[in-house]
This record gives sequence, C-alpha cells and structure tokens, in this order.
Amino acid sequence: MPQGLVHEPIAKDLPRLVENRRSNQAIDDGPHDPQDYQHTVPQHQQVGARLMTPLILTRYTIVSALGKGLTETYQALRNRRSGLRPCDFEDVGITTYIGRVDDVEDVFLGGGATSAELERFDCRNNRLALLALQQDGFIQAAIEARERYGAHRVAVILGSSTSGILETEHAYNRRNPATGALPSAYLTSHRYTHNMFSSAHFVRTYLGLRGPAMVISTACSSSAKAFATAARFIEAGFCDAAVVGGVDSLCLTILYGFASLGLTSCAPCRPCDVNRNGLTLGESAGFALLEKSEEAGRPGAVALLGYGESCDGYHMSHPHPEGTGAIKAMHAALLRSALTPGDIDYIHLHGTATKSNDSIEDTAIHSVFGPSTLCSSTKGWTGHTLGAAGVTGAVIAAMCLTHSFVPGTLNTTRIDPSLCSHVMMENREQQVRRVLSNSFGFGGNNCSLIFGTV
Amino acid sequence: MELYVNGIGLLGPGLANWTEGRILLASESPSCEAAMPEPSASILPANELRRSSESVRWALHVAQESMQQAETDPREVTSVFATSEGETGVLDRLCTALAEPQRTISPTLFHHSVHNAASGYWGIATGSQQSSTVLACYDSSFCAALLEAAAYAQIEERSVLLVAYDLPPPPPLYAARPLGGGFAAALLLTRAPGPHNLAQLDLTLSNDLSEEATIMDDVRLETLRTRNQAAQSLPLLAAIARQCNTLVRLQYLEDQQILIRVAPC
Repeated sequence: MPQGLVHEPIAKDLPRLVENRRSNQAIDDGPHDPQDYQHTVPQHQQVGARLMTPLILTRYTIVSALGKGLTETYQALRNRRSGLRPCDFEDVGITTYIGRVDDVEDVFLGGGATSAELERFDCRNNRLALLALQQDGFIQAAIEARERYGAHRVAVILGSSTSGILETEHAYNRRNPATGALPSAYLTSHRYTHNMFSSAHFVRTYLGLRGPAMVISTACSSSAKAFATAARFIEAGFCDAAVVGGVDSLCLTILYGFASLGLTSCAPCRPCDVNRNGLTLGESAGFALLEKSEEAGRPGAVALLGYGESCDGYHMSHPHPEGTGAIKAMHAALLRSALTPGDIDYIHLHGTATKSNDSIEDTAIHSVFGPSTLCSSTKGWTGHTLGAAGVTGAVIAAMCLTHSFVPGTLNTTRIDPSLCSHVMMENREQQVRRVLSNSFGFGGNNCSLIFGTV
Repeated sequence: MELYVNGIGLLGPGLANWTEGRILLASESPSCEAAMPEPSASILPANELRRSSESVRWALHVAQESMQQAETDPREVTSVFATSEGETGVLDRLCTALAEPQRTISPTLFHHSVHNAASGYWGIATGSQQSSTVLACYDSSFCAALLEAAAYAQIEERSVLLVAYDLPPPPPLYAARPLGGGFAAALLLTRAPGPHNLAQLDLTLSNDLSEEATIMDDVRLETLRTRNQAAQSLPLLAAIARQCNTLVRLQYLEDQQILIRVAPC
C-alpha cells in the first residue's frame, strides 16, 4: 500500500494542484482498477491509507429538524420539506434561521431503577441524544449487541463540538453577584452536562455498556471521525462492536459565535447557490451500531467501506484555499475502500453554504472526481449541525443506498456557475451503490466516509 | 499490541522537560515542590503564539520536545490530542460575554474555543496535513488517547504523536473541575523499532480488575496523577525512565485496565 508522506512544503504543491484542476481531466474516465488508481494519486495528495474490512451498520437512526427517526427524515427529504425556521431559540437576538428539533424540552432522562444515575446527565444535549436513541429500535439493537458480545466488548465513540455548554451559559447568568461563584447545582452537574465526555458517558450508562468510550471533538468533523476511530478499535480487537455517532445542540456560543464571524445567513441557507451568503445552524443526534460483516452481514446491508482523515495545516477557521486537506481525506477514503473515483455514485457534500466552504469543497471534489459525479448538500433541510454533521451525512448516505434515492440541494435556485462539479438541485430516483460523505471542521480537520451495500 | 516510544515531551510542576523529568522519575528520593514551568512552544510563529491560549502553548511545547528527540519530520506524523476540559480560559471569557446584555463576542475568541484548538495550531505550526484526532474521556482521557494512538500506529502503520494536556480552569469554572497541575505529556509512538527508541511497549486492554492500577510512590507526583488526566501518564513515564522491565496498569474508566509491559531499548 502506498505510504504517502508530505515531504515538500505545501506552498510548493500549489502550482501543481492548480495545474491538475485546469487540465480538466476527469479522473472517472481514468483507471477503474483500484491498484492502478493508487498509482495515479500524486504523492503530495496522499496521507497514506491501508485497506479496511467493511463494517456493517446493523442499526442506525437520526433526529434533526427534519423529524425523529428514519421515516420522518426520509419523508422530509423526499417531499423537500425544510426543517429550518426563523430563530426562536431562547432570547437570541440574531436575524437568522435555525434547524431546531421539536420537543427536546420535554424529554425526561430518568425513569426506572437507574433514574438518579441518569437524571444527573440532564441537559439539552443529552435529551437530544436520548431522543435519537429512542428511534428506530436503536436501544433494542444496542442491548442485543451487549448480550451477544458482552458489555465490555461494545464501545461508545461519539462526536460533539460543544457538548452541553448551554448549561454553563445559563450558570454564568446565575453567578453570585458578590463572589462571582457559579450556582452549586451547576458545579456538581458540570461533569455530566458540559464536560466534553458527557454524551458518551450518558449513552454508555443508558445502554449498560462497559467497553472503550470517548468523545471526539474536532469541530464539524467530530462524528465522522467517530466512525474511523471505531473501525480502528474493532480492527485492533479493543471491541467487537461500537455505538458510533454524535450529538450537538443549539446554544448561544455557536449562534453568537458564527454570527461574529459573519458566517450566518439571514435567510435559510442556500448551499452552492450563486447568491449564497452563509450557513444556517442546526442541531441533531444520530447513532449507528457498527459490527464486523461476518457477524452482522446480510445481502443489502449498509456498510462503512472506507474513511479518510486529514488536516489542512492552514488556518483555524478558513479552509485551505486549494482544498488540499479535503483532497487528501477523499483520496484516503477511496484507497482504504479499494475503490476508484468512478465507483462513487453520489457525494454528500459538507456544503455549509458559506462562500468559501462550497467553493473550496468544489475545487477539491473536481480535483479528485472530475465534473460528472453527482453531488448535493442537505444543509438546506437540516441546517449545519456541527459535530453531529458527520453522522447526519452518514445516515442520509445509508438512506440513499436503501431507498434508491438521491436528495438534491434545497433552497438553492441557481447553482454558482464558478463551481465545476455536478451539484444537483433536484432530487433523483436512482440506484446508488456507493456514497462518499464529507465533513470539514474548524482547525482544518477533515474526514470523508464511504458507505455502500454488501 | 507492540509499540515503540521514540520521543517524550513533559511539562508539569517540577518537571521542566523529559531530560530532567526522567532523572526525577527514575530516582527513589522524594520530589519537592517546584515552580510552575512556562511553555515556550517556539514552533508557533510569533503572531500565532501571541494569539494562542495557555493550554495550546502547553500542548505544543511538549509535542515539539518529543519530535525533536526523535528527529522526526512532524509532517509525517499523525496526532492524537487528549484534553478533558479543553479551552476553559477561552470558554470563561465567552460565557462571561454571553451573560452581558450585548452578548458581543470576538470572532477570534470564538474559533479559539474549539476543543481541537491545539491540534489546529499544531497543523498551522508544522504544515502537517496528516490526520489529527482530539478526544475527551474525563479522567481517562490519556488512556483513551493511548488506545487511539496505539490502534492508529498498528493499523495505519504510521508514527503517531500522542499529546495529553489539561490546565486548571480559571475561576469560577475551577470550582466545577478543580484540576491539579497543569500537566502536559507527549509520546511519539511507532509500530516498528527504529534508531531512536526509548522503550518498547506491549499493550493489552483487560477487563480483569483484580489488581490495583499502578500508582506513584512519590506523594507529590501521586497527588498530581490523581488530579489531572494528563498526569495519569506518570506511571508509564516512570517505567520508561527506570529502564527496566515493568508492568504498568492504567485504569480506563471504571470498567477496564490498560496493561503495558514496558521494556528498555
């Protein structure tokens, strides 16, 4: 396998990358044998990738502004019903839209013999996580995995960017005016709410799992990278199965933070539109149960075929202008799955609808896939759900595979003519065998996942 | 799972770097309280160094030290960063601003608030485009990162830089999470032996909790170990420093232990 290393300063690579793009050579007209494809990837675009054994998504689910569970999500995608609404979160005074999940406020974490143990995790982020666990028989599937492999052999690897920070925001409003001290109830709940490990701690407690656990927090690539780490843990023998996914919920930090960067749109976001003017923030939680194919495989099952991770090494909040990090992540995912660009039927874009993300992602995709591979962004439906964007993309990819359906790009009326890849506005009914889903985050952190049927 | 340690970075109270730290960790005499060292993190360009948070500087300082020992090009190395609390100094300023009526927050402050700030700055400082994972697992964050780094080195056949770090949060958050230290440790791990090996590790994950996890004999270092997840690396670092065959048991969450057979190289 190629062990591509970056030997030259990145700046030296830029002219060659630009040259590759200008040559307008569609790589999907090129080699279709993965062995040959490996040799076509320029060394400076490689991060090194070994083959992986596909892992089955035995069960998966999602809750977002589109609804609770797979059926509601699919219906909203099919009927082009957006989940975005004018911002009505707390007393936020920003003119923007949000992808808010209904009824999170009514979720109760306790109940049963372990009520006290669970109630301490109470916060919007963990309520959203529980709402997702309760959909599509996920809890039952996780319990069956626990019984099949043993509680120690099932890992919980989730992604989140802000965890339960809303609790800390609220606590700062209730500081003691004389001493500045935070309320005592907050001090004891901090570990179970805002602390970054909180969501995985809650989920493994709720499901009675005792295997390896962690929360990956690499901003908007977090829950995509959870799939990669889980795949390595299964391969390394640290566990036999893993609950993967992620959760991020609305909070003041992200609403005011993205507004301060000038990245929030005053209208519902329009990914890849010529007049796009920023993103819409949302919240979601999603989970997948990952298992080895010999244990769980059945014809038609959805599998994780490959993953690719990289960094930009460029800037904290702006992607590398030539998309070199994104290119490396996509190449690595292809190499790991032994696929060529021509094998990918559809690319689920990170597609946040900011000027720079959509343009640079387009550059990167065109460089790897050429102009023909179908692409779209579903952020016009869900909003950008940050650390949960990766698992949201993963579950939508799974739906494409099982429903022979490809979503278009909602709210977009005219595709930016400067984009070179094949961005679809309209939904399509067509068989899809393999989907690549992109997630890119602050800190220049990138992850591409490839899903297919076995 | 067999691994080799090629470089170590260390920063904590009384532990200014690995060269001094290994002598202290290998010695039988009790350590004494010492001034908190200042990280230089000179790998960061001056303008980025000025903007970066204290925890970013701690993380990059030990990362840089471990890479220099191993004489490895940082652009060839994957990284795993472990921090339980992340950028608490930045979060305190954000939450304070959000509690004001105007809620005016600086864009720079916002993008410095992400849990992966140190990882992002490591990429900017080195130009590395290799994968970087940032994770949290409360007091087991170092252990979770050790598993992730070991799995990565084994499966992807690549050198992995593990950086664990945490600083005590500023008030009022300190009362919610009274961490001791600061503490930062970096380990450069490879699957294959090489010319710069400091130790060989054989790592397994065990459900057997019949033996207690390894603690530090030194009272001061043991207090540090129990009060900062990054200092949970101390029993492993001490075993490497002593240069003899040792079995180290690290507690991973409440349910498992990581067993590490440490052998000198």
